[in-house]
Order: sequence, then C-alpha cells, then structure tokens
Amino acid sequence: MDIAKFISHKSFLLGFIFILLIIVATLPLYATRYSIVLLTTIFMYVVLTVSWTIFSGPTGYVSLAPAAFFGAGVYTSALLGFVLPLPAIIVIGALSSACLALLVGALTLRLRGIYFVMFTFGLVELLLHFILWWEVNITGTTGRVVPTVDNTTVYYLMLTILVIVILIAYLIKHSRFGLGLQSIGECEEAAAHTGVNVTVLKITTFAVSAFFMGAAGAIMATRWTYIDPRIAFNPVLSFLPVLMAIFGGMGQLYGPVIGAVIFTYLEEFLITRFPYYYMLIFGVIMVVAIVYLPEGLVGLTQKLWNRISGVKYADP
Amino acid sequence: MPILEGKGVTKYFGGLAAVSRVDFQVEQGEVVGLIGPNGAGKTTLFNLISAAMAPRSGTIRFKDVDITGLRPYKICRMGVARTFQTVKVFPNMPVLNHVTLGSYFGSSAGMSSREALKSALEILEFMGLAAVKATPANDLTLANQKRLEVARALATKPELLLLDEMMAGLNPTEVTQAMELVIKIRDKGITIIMIEHVMKAIMSLCDRIMVLHHGQKIAEGTPQEIATSEKVIKVYLGDKAHAGSK
Repeated sequence: MDIAKFISHKSFLLGFIFILLIIVATLPLYATRYSIVLLTTIFMYVVLTVSWTIFSGPTGYVSLAPAAFFGAGVYTSALLGFVLPLPAIIVIGALSSACLALLVGALTLRLRGIYFVMFTFGLVELLLHFILWWEVNITGTTGRVVPTVDNTTVYYLMLTILVIVILIAYLIKHSRFGLGLQSIGECEEAAAHTGVNVTVLKITTFAVSAFFMGAAGAIMATRWTYIDPRIAFNPVLSFLPVLMAIFGGMGQLYGPVIGAVIFTYLEEFLITRFPYYYMLIFGVIMVVAIVYLPEGLVGLTQKLWNRISGVKYADP
Repeated sequence: MPILEGKGVTKYFGGLAAVSRVDFQVEQGEVVGLIGPNGAGKTTLFNLISAAMAPRSGTIRFKDVDITGLRPYKICRMGVARTFQTVKVFPNMPVLNHVTLGSYFGSSAGMSSREALKSALEILEFMGLAAVKATPANDLTLANQKRLEVARALATKPELLLLDEMMAGLNPTEVTQAMELVIKIRDKGITIIMIEHVMKAIMSLCDRIMVLHHGQKIAEGTPQEIATSEKVIKVYLGDKAHAGSK
C-alpha cells in the first residue's frame, strides 16, 4: 500500500518522465544507427497518435484524415526542401496542414458519425489523386526529390515535436477547452446550449491536431529522399494512429503514447522475424486487443493496479 | 419592457405547422407555464427560443434585442438557459464538471478556474447535489439528473430559464422538492418559463399560463382563468358528449 502510494505520487511521475527524457536525449551518443532510425519511426507514430487523440479522443469524431495532413507536410518539404532551412520548412508544413484542417473542418464538421469518417478518408484519396493528376499533367513528373538530413538531426527534431505535442495535449486536456471538447463528445446539443461555441472549438482543435501531423510529415520526408503522392498520402497512415490509440486506450494521455510505442515496435519485430506471417500475427493480436481490451492497455493496467493497491474505485 | 417577446413565431415540419403565428410576452420575474396536449408545439417553441431551430417566420426579442436566428451558444451567453425534455446530461462526466463547464462557457464574463469552481460548488449546494459532485451523471437517479440539468443551466448565470418538463417521471416527494426549487430559483430573480404536465405544479407555481394546441396559442391567463376556461377543458377532455358525463 505504501509503495502504491509512492508510485502514484506526482513527483515520482515527473521524475520518471525526466529520466526518460534524459535517456532518449542522450541516446544518439551511444546507441546503434538502427535503433535511432527505429526510434524516429516510433516517435513519428507517437506524434500522429497523440495529435489524433487531441481532437478525436474527447469529441468522438473519428477522423481518418491523418494521412492527408501528414502528406501536406511531406509535400511542403518536397517543394521547399532546397530553398529553406529545415526548421522553417517544418513550421510551414505544420501551418499548411493546419490551414487545410481549418478549411476542411469548416466544411465538414457539421457531419457526424460515419459521414464524417467517410469524408475525412475521402479527403486523403482526393488529395492523393489531385496531386498525382497535377504532377503528371502540369509539372510532368510523378515524384520529387527531398534533400536528405542526417539521422541524428531527424531524431532530435522528431523528439522535439513529440515533447511539444504531448505537452500541448496535456494542457488542452486539463484546461477548460478540454472540458468543452469532452462535452461535445458526450452530448453536442447540450454543450451548445451551455454556451460552448461547438463549431469554433471543433475546428480549432482539428487544426491544432493537424498542425503536428504536418510537422511530422515535413520531418519524415527528409528521410525518404524520394517521394511521390502514393508515399506521401499513404492511407495506412490514416488507420494506424486510430488503431494505436484504441490499442493503448484513450482514457489517459499516456495510453496513446504506450499504444504507439508498442504497436510500432511489434510491427518492426514481426516484419523482421516473421516476414511471411507478420500480417497474420498482427491481425490476430489486433482482434484479441479489441475484443478483450475494450479500454486498451490503459484500462487493463488500471484494473490490475486497482487489484494490487486494493482500491475499489479509482478516481483519476 | 418584457424580458422576452415573440411575434408571429412560426415553424413548419414539412407541411405541418408545429408552431403557428404564436405571439407571447414574458415579464421580468414572472413564472409562466406553457401547457397543452402532446404534440401541441411546446418543446418546439422552446427550441425556437433557445435557437436549437430557426423559425420560418416571426421574431423573438430578448431584453429588446432581436435574437431570432442567433446560434445557441450566443443565446445562452446572453442569458437564456434551458433544460431538456429527455435529459441531456454528459453521461461520463462528473457532476461538478457539468457545472464548471457552464461557468466557463455560459456567461459572457470570463471566469478564472478558481471562481468557476467556487460558483459551481455554490450552485451544487443550492441544488442539493453537493454530495454527488464526483459521480458521473450516468449513475444519478432521474430526479438528480434533472436537477443536474438545472444546475448546469444556472451555472451560465441566466436571466431567463426554460424548464422543459422538469417534473415528468418524478415521484410525489420529488415533485414537491422540484416545486420548492422552482420557487427558490424565482426568488433569485430569474424569470422562468416552464412546460409541465403536472397540473398541481403549474397551478400553484405559475403567475400566468399559456395554452398551445395544434401549434396555436388558444388561451392565456392566470391559473384560475385557465382552469375554468371552456376552451381549455374542451382541448384536454374533449366535448361533454364525448366525455360521457351528464
């Protein structure tokens, strides 16, 4: 019981995060090149998943647009890669993603449920084919070359975005805006009649979430050296953040983080060890997770934790 | 100057006139009852006032400002709060958060989180919900969920409160408690319009009653006048021949 109290103490949590940050920040000094590259991919998925959760978690609007916002960032990198320094490109990529989200949000956030899901996914396909058509008919190419950046720089940039997105997600969740977003998810009509400007709150949050997806895209593009619309607007990047968030559990902020880390590592592990059965094993794990862990890993650990610490009703 | 005034308010659902050319006036500090058989257009009228829907024609003025066609959150911030016929609480949200949400978003004056919490706790105390402040709304009894809706509405600092069947589904003790609450809210200086089928409550609480039937206002007056009005009795009970008495 005393140990339980100690571990759930806030300063312990902060200390833990601090140590974790020091470890990941110094990692490029002694870790292998492979693990740096793998960690960058993991960070990218954490950024996508956490920023997806910022909007879709509390409001319940399941967006399948991450690939569109990610792709907008990728293309910014491809267009401006030889013109501007990388930090400027990341900011512009993030902003163009956010602008796209404002536009799309203003048009579609009155759609609900399955209609919203379909539209956001349609957006990915629309952008993909529009840019493909543009590149073939107007510019006369299909792909573009992106200037490469060394692995360590990409690693640190992605880590920076990751820290910022988690911080922003935390601040939103614990502010009045988080409360407003939750009320939209629970009952939008009542929220509107309680003074919440539901339209503006939804669109702004949608744009904030897209901002970080765009930033992640702008960084990742530099690792691929060559991109085309099918790489930039890969629909898989729309589904994975959703699956990772469900896998980790959306009740707590660390849920999507843990979900993305384990999920990405698992994928990497399965691809390298069982290249032929990887999809099959992966699918089975996913089905088991959805059937037996409706609240994700977070729900499971909380249940176990309550049993250990003897608390009947957890009050987070 | 009336606090709320409607002129020729009309709403159609397809070809059906749910509310048809209704004029009404509500004075500051009044408790006005809105009654009528099922489907008379009472809730639709509430939806039009609170801007859940826009009227097809007619104007609604609140404190002499035209509020027709404004967005619901604006109407709320101007000082018109409402509850719902079928309770619309936030199922997984603790009781306290419902009320702080109202404090944060509902009033035009911005509140710091400490002020919002303080005012929320006062309102919960006032509504008798202080003991369940950490409970998710889903786990409350119906009576408490209805109180919670009122608490959330009060948190937005309204001048006009629209209560839609606050007493439906409550047992006699709860009805008595709800009636006491209405009196307490009125004593705070809040004007109230209430839709209600519990006649005991309507007759004893209201200063004035409006009767809707097929979307039209067919009568208006003091409880005494309404209770003895031939027209109203006919609407509720049918003709004497059909009622089978005498």
